[in-house]
Amino acid sequence: MAFTNEQIERYSRHIILKEVGAKGQKKLLNGKVLIIGAGGLGAPAAMYLAAAGVGTIGIADADEVDLSNLQRQIIHGTKDVGKAKVISAKETMNSMNPDVTVNTYRTFVTSENIMDLIKDYDFIIDGTDNFPAKFLINDACVMAEKPFSHAGIIRFQGQLMTYVPGAGPCYRCVFKNPPPKDAVPTCKQAGVIGAMGGVIGSLQAMEAIKYILGVGDLLVGKLLTYDALKMEFRTVNLPKEVSDCGICGDHPAITELIDYEQTECDGK
Amino acid sequence: MFITVAGIKKEVEDGTTIEKLILDEKIENAEYVTVTVNDEFARREDFDKKALGDNDVVEFLYFMGGGSF
Repeated sequence: MAFTNEQIERYSRHIILKEVGAKGQKKLLNGKVLIIGAGGLGAPAAMYLAAAGVGTIGIADADEVDLSNLQRQIIHGTKDVGKAKVISAKETMNSMNPDVTVNTYRTFVTSENIMDLIKDYDFIIDGTDNFPAKFLINDACVMAEKPFSHAGIIRFQGQLMTYVPGAGPCYRCVFKNPPPKDAVPTCKQAGVIGAMGGVIGSLQAMEAIKYILGVGDLLVGKLLTYDALKMEFRTVNLPKEVSDCGICGDHPAITELIDYEQTECDGK
Repeated sequence: MFITVAGIKKEVEDGTTIEKLILDEKIENAEYVTVTVNDEFARREDFDKKALGDNDVVEFLYFMGGGSF
């Protein structure tokens, strides 16, 4: 596949980097990333991946754009209120970069559909806001041996970690089980600064890009935390392996995907 | 003795357990916090049993859910 003149110009700031070059840009154009959740984290992640020329981007979300989303979900505009988020996201990505094929999945992830959703992708981005989905994405990625980026944001704080099969701990190694319903507040309950999604969602895009390019160090075996009020990034080292993890340990107790009770969408 | 908590070195009483540290540090939602000591996960059942040692490095990891919706 040869670059068109337009592509050489579009990706010139990538191609000039020794870590990318023409070869790396081709890897990006052949790359396939699935973003689960077209919200605060998924919006900037999707936009940077589209702009970067990641050739196939899947986006899964069952919701419609709500006015209260627009303070942070920058892939959607005022005119998109009421539209399916995946359609609004696809329109923005297509207008940013015609090189990108956007696959839309207007659904929430469940134990029934997730294996099918992730199977054709190289890297998964968890941009969901609820623990049932986060544990489901983790378990499915461990089972299907897919790398993924976990992230969460709330108030002025964010966290991020990357799972690569066989290379380090998974989300369930760190957090064994989802917290009980309403035990830990969500963004809807606690609030979040919109730019938090920009910071952390962009870092998720960065991890996907580095994974596809095969350059640098991923956040494997580490949990990055960001405190915007203190303006402090910290990287916490995690154990290299957790032999008693319920899903990726030596004798996993979890052999089937679990649909935990979903609570966040109703905002109770 | 001195320990490092979330990157900050501080003096604590000898014999301080994770459970005592959780109280002293006023950790929110302590029931759901994951704790590492020297880059290894501390077992919840040991929180009130095992005393921390001099120069131990302790981190509290919190559930963080937000993103979509």
